[in-house]
Amino acid sequence: MEGSVGCDNDLNLRATELRLGLPGTEPVSIVRSNKRSLQQVADDDCGVNGCKSDDQNETAPPPPKAQIVGWPPIRSYRKNNIQTKKNESEGGGIYVKVSMDGAPYLRKIDLKIYSGYPELLQAIENMFKFTIGEYSEREGYKGSDYAPTYEDKDGDWMLVGDVPWEMFITSCKRLRIMKGSEARGLGCGV
Amino acid sequence: MHKKMAFSFPDEVLEHVFSFIQSDKDRNAVSMVCKSWYEIERWCRRKVFVGNCYAVSPRMVIRRFPEFRSIELKGKPHFADFNLVPDGWGGYVFPWIAEMAGAYPWLEEIRLKRMVVTDESLELIAKSFKNFKVLVLSSCEGFSTDGLAAIAASCKNLKELDLRDCEVDDLSAHWLSHFPETYTSLVSLNISCLGSDEASFSALERLVRRCTNLKTLRLNRAVPLDKIANILRHAPQLVEFGTGTYTADVRPDVYSDLAGVLSSCKELKSLSGFWDVIPDYLPAIYPVCSKLTSLNLSYATIQSPDLIKLVSHCPNLQRLLVLDYIEDSGLEVLASSCKDLQELRVFPSDPFGAEPNVSLTEQGLVAVSLGCPKLQSVLYFCRRMSNEALVTIARSRPNFTRFRLCIIEPKTADYLTLEPLDVGFGAIVQYCKDLRRLSLSGLLTDRVFEYIGTYAKKLEMLSVAFAGDSDLGLHHVLSGCESLRKLEIRDCPFGDKALLANAAKLETMRSLWMSSCAVSFAACKLLGQKMPRLNVEVIDERGPPDSRPENCPVDKLYIYRSIAGPRFDMPPFVWTMDEDSGLRLS
Repeated sequence: MEGSVGCDNDLNLRATELRLGLPGTEPVSIVRSNKRSLQQVADDDCGVNGCKSDDQNETAPPPPKAQIVGWPPIRSYRKNNIQTKKNESEGGGIYVKVSMDGAPYLRKIDLKIYSGYPELLQAIENMFKFTIGEYSEREGYKGSDYAPTYEDKDGDWMLVGDVPWEMFITSCKRLRIMKGSEARGLGCGV
Repeated sequence: MHKKMAFSFPDEVLEHVFSFIQSDKDRNAVSMVCKSWYEIERWCRRKVFVGNCYAVSPRMVIRRFPEFRSIELKGKPHFADFNLVPDGWGGYVFPWIAEMAGAYPWLEEIRLKRMVVTDESLELIAKSFKNFKVLVLSSCEGFSTDGLAAIAASCKNLKELDLRDCEVDDLSAHWLSHFPETYTSLVSLNISCLGSDEASFSALERLVRRCTNLKTLRLNRAVPLDKIANILRHAPQLVEFGTGTYTADVRPDVYSDLAGVLSSCKELKSLSGFWDVIPDYLPAIYPVCSKLTSLNLSYATIQSPDLIKLVSHCPNLQRLLVLDYIEDSGLEVLASSCKDLQELRVFPSDPFGAEPNVSLTEQGLVAVSLGCPKLQSVLYFCRRMSNEALVTIARSRPNFTRFRLCIIEPKTADYLTLEPLDVGFGAIVQYCKDLRRLSLSGLLTDRVFEYIGTYAKKLEMLSVAFAGDSDLGLHHVLSGCESLRKLEIRDCPFGDKALLANAAKLETMRSLWMSSCAVSFAACKLLGQKMPRLNVEVIDERGPPDSRPENCPVDKLYIYRSIAGPRFDMPPFVWTMDEDSGLRLS
């Protein structure tokens, strides 16, 4: 029985064909163990091209599943709705970069998992092994060389803690722990 | 010699009798009784239904039915919904509009499904039909809000404008303002597919206010929650309502406004919309829930507890569309609360995720089948199934007419026994004797097709994917399913033998779709030669099929019966196999 993709002959049409999925993955979903995908059935029976990558499929760990065109059978407008929701926040998390002046590399945290400022600041303190001072509206963070700041949607650098938490997590694009004179400058009432 | 007719009624009497016969099938039967009935019937047929726009030409329809007022046309094959039909395939409505515009200006209703509708077509409709009343475009594409503006401006008697699931080029929301201030006849408006961010709320409000007969209003996502109250306030007579986005900052005044206005809509039976729902605003609809018969929550990404609360308020629900967030537990509550449920559709919230994100299994479907005695139509996406569950479902619910099951991972076996699901689906076709539509999924061998061919005598539409072992499977279906009209198959090892052996069967069906199967180009040519009343079309984006060996399988195949001959509007990647035993390059 000829497989559906068995007869590309030597033009290697598959290299130029448009399909969904990551390059290097087969267009048909690679199924594990006993189930033979249509691709594998085709390769076994097709004499034209000989065996392709069956061995690879069986012994190597399964590659990330490539999407099959039109499967599962869902209308595009439904797919779009799901995607938007995922991107927004439901289950997706709000990941922002956290940098600390002097630290060799940045970290990333999910703002969604914290319920308020105290937890967030505690987590950052643990992550970078330092202490943030006491927050007060009037004086910012007193008592340490560090001040937690964030870049908001407008591109401005703000002190963490001034706005309600919900507003903060939707407007925060990245976090930066400022150190030294810069930090003290922020907290200084003028 | 003068022939005497034993029984002979004057034409007017027969016409009057025929006027009580509305269904196309019955009308077709009537027209076959004798020549005089054919003649009388064709002059008084007012509604024409063409299930495949390429099966017949516009001129043929107009010639036979000179006085129809309403036409329904369908274009692309069903699998176009899932992007299996490349863009440009066809299904253009313009030639139909052009012919009808010339033939009679008194056309009142046009209903189209999966067709390409251009602004030019819409403008021609607006210009040509003075008493135009109903435009229903279902899953259509190719037009913009400019075309809608033309309709709004010219169709003074328009009652229904329904754009369900269309892809519209949203140039401007101001098309709504093209309805003149004197226009008041709108009864049904469905613009839920429109995307435009900048929506003309004041035009919408004014339109709703002056159209006092408005019964159906389905808004689009762009309409914010706080605007709904203003719109609904002027339409307490609404029977069907679709919200826009159902989220806003939680404010008591917005909430009470909305709740108040909703509770004054005493006729409301159907709700939909609910994009971006936040649970805080859901209780606003509780007052209307007890009368609801139809609820579409398939965009509502809220979790099971909120869904359960909502559903328990709706004892008269007949139709529910929902995401799998409802989970098995929610479906159990549904089964105990909604004894009138007839149709259920459960869509996947995370169809491409590798692991299940919710606890929705075959148990939910079993619960609903056991608990809802009137359930007859189901579309269910899930990740596991068992033969045992399917048998239970079949036994408890023999009144299923539509059963569409999609197990998300192809070729998934029975999770309890690791066997194919042949026996389970076999039970469905055996017990559900009135089954008209069936979609299969999971691990299936030729055996399931044997069951289907043996038992599914009323089956009209069958959808198959990643199933079967050999041509025998296809043969069982083609030779056994007497009522089969539409068959769509993808990624199955079905080839030439079954198709050629059952060629005659294809003329009794509307259409057959096969993609990523094993039908060779040679067989397609042969079929095209043998069967002049079938259009055998090969769709192949790899290039002309004759640039490959004849025994090479074609990528996609669409076969349909037609009395109009091969079509001439094919794109470069579609070839028709006709009786000239050659290849007609378009």
